[in-house]
Amino acid sequence: MLWKKSKYSGWGRALTANADLARPERLSALKALTNDAAQPAIGHCRSYGDAALNDGGRAVDMTRLDRIIGFDAETGIVNVQAGVQIGDLGTTFAPRGWIAPVMPGTGFATVGGCIANDVHGKNHHHVGSFGQHVTEMALIQNGKVKTVTPDKTPDLFKATIGGLGQTGIIASAKIQLMPCKGDMMVLTERRVDGWDEFLTLLDDATSDYTVGWIDATAKGEALGRGILEEGEITSGVSPTNGKSKDVPFNAPHWALSRPIVRLFNELYFRRVPSSGRTSVKPITAPFFPLDKVHNWNRLYGKRGFHQFQCVVPIDQAPALRDMLERIAMSGLASPLAVLKRMGAGRAGYLSFPMEGYTLAVDFPNRPDAVALIGRLEKMTADAGGRIYFAKDALCSSERIAQMYPELEKWQKATAKADPENALATDLVRRLKLRTPT
Amino acid sequence: MNETWIILGATSSIAKAFAREVATRGDAVFLAGRDMDDLKETANDCGLRGARHAEAVAFDARDPGNYAKIIARLTKEEGQINAAVFVGSMPDQSEIDADPNLIAGTVTDSFTGPAHFLQLLAPLLEERGCGTIVGTGSVAGDRGRLGNYVYGAAKAGFHTYLSGLRNRLGRAGVHVLTVKPGMVDTAMTWGLDGLVLVVGPEKVASDILKAVKKKRNTVYSPFPWRYIMLIIRCIPEPIFKKLSI
Repeated sequence: MLWKKSKYSGWGRALTANADLARPERLSALKALTNDAAQPAIGHCRSYGDAALNDGGRAVDMTRLDRIIGFDAETGIVNVQAGVQIGDLGTTFAPRGWIAPVMPGTGFATVGGCIANDVHGKNHHHVGSFGQHVTEMALIQNGKVKTVTPDKTPDLFKATIGGLGQTGIIASAKIQLMPCKGDMMVLTERRVDGWDEFLTLLDDATSDYTVGWIDATAKGEALGRGILEEGEITSGVSPTNGKSKDVPFNAPHWALSRPIVRLFNELYFRRVPSSGRTSVKPITAPFFPLDKVHNWNRLYGKRGFHQFQCVVPIDQAPALRDMLERIAMSGLASPLAVLKRMGAGRAGYLSFPMEGYTLAVDFPNRPDAVALIGRLEKMTADAGGRIYFAKDALCSSERIAQMYPELEKWQKATAKADPENALATDLVRRLKLRTPT
Repeated sequence: MNETWIILGATSSIAKAFAREVATRGDAVFLAGRDMDDLKETANDCGLRGARHAEAVAFDARDPGNYAKIIARLTKEEGQINAAVFVGSMPDQSEIDADPNLIAGTVTDSFTGPAHFLQLLAPLLEERGCGTIVGTGSVAGDRGRLGNYVYGAAKAGFHTYLSGLRNRLGRAGVHVLTVKPGMVDTAMTWGLDGLVLVVGPEKVASDILKAVKKKRNTVYSPFPWRYIMLIIRCIPEPIFKKLSI
């Protein structure tokens, strides 16, 4: 297999790696590759920080291993190669009445990546995390395929789900799909005037999918204002999908400067009438709102950006409010800020979700933003919450054990699965995840 | 529409992308090539994505004895039969320079093998009075160049063959399309230096289907290659022979 010298980065583009990449197109090639030596697998690199980076090493690009292997129309269990994109799974099976129970914010994420980060969707409070719907995985260790299930190999299963690829290469997985009425979504949007109202609405929401957009530049009385989106899946006729757009080059650094973001957020807030509105859209629109603009990460210019995402327990909502206030006062936030209610569902030792509220905010990669994120991380840890590895590029290793109480179990399992540390990535090294404390 | 595709060289990434597109619209696909394990996986994938029928068939361009069996199998399918040819091999030119025995295999894979197969298939399409043949050539076949002139010569032969076949089958209502891909992001080009205007296999596959729909004769993918090759063809030979492009 040919190794290609590549310079690549995560979605945030603030960190980059120089690595030799192989991209097998057939399963036989993947197995042959792992016979010689183990190396981490990567997908479409939609994690923001360095979860997919292996600077100075090697990695296996799984994106061409994207076949659907099997589907049982009785049970709704689909077997797919790890390179299948979650959006592809949606467009293929939704018209037949099945849908992946958990869909992350981008349809470009691969199934392998969804497992390795145990991703959650806008319906986490109902269905839990992605890994909870995985019934079986084919894991390649030293050129051999090992079957991993929650019942027969529970320890390895929990170490692999949300395990950042540290137990082996996920070659394929069986996922229990969920019946759905069709491939359309009834979407209700309403304005929310402030923080307290937002939390009440999120707590009381009964719809299948719920997410809040927050104006992270609003201060004082308006702190925490935003738009609540609620969606229910339905059937109907889809209008022809609009063509996707592209950001062809890096935007200048002032493209997301304070006055522009303030103006954008004001307009975005007023886009929804004060009485709210309901519309019917193709299913991909509300699930993957940003996928319509290819390479939107270039809007942050060549320096890239960071996303901060944390979750805090329900009773720590005031701490989250303090964080939002700090963000608003800093004036550093970008238009992208999301608030969600999270359920308790999680499937792996290092899974992110916990019962509580999760806040995600994008910041341009600037020194003052980096400093702010550092403070937010501390506030998260103090509130008994945790940060999300799929988004992180900045956290220090000190607070990880506090945030992830099952870290030790994960370390034991990964030490057994990969004693040589051959699968370690930049994120794993930065956060010293595999170093027992 | 009751269309059936025989796809030669179906382990290639362009062929896979193409098979997936026609499978999604409900056509039947026969995936022909040498790696049966891989072909069976692709057939599974196509079937689950909506193909009316998907089957892996053993095909080796260098073994013409096997061709008739495939044609016989296709004859059993009702309705319109189409063929898409994605076979070819491109050994490093320096390897060929060192061992001219490699020429025969390159020409068989890229030209005479598929031509032989199409020659056997043509009467069936003529008889039904419909059908499409997609032949994949290459921009390398437009002019002999330092880097890959044996592969280029084989593809140039295939272009000429396709143009003759178009002349013959056009009278019977069968459409022949010549596709000339530029640089495509496949296993063949992975890690090569100096690539320009690289597109993914999905882009070539969708360009092909658009060209089939419009009944185009020759299509470059992506389209700027039409003009790049126009310029390259216009360079006078006394100058061209000194260039290494």
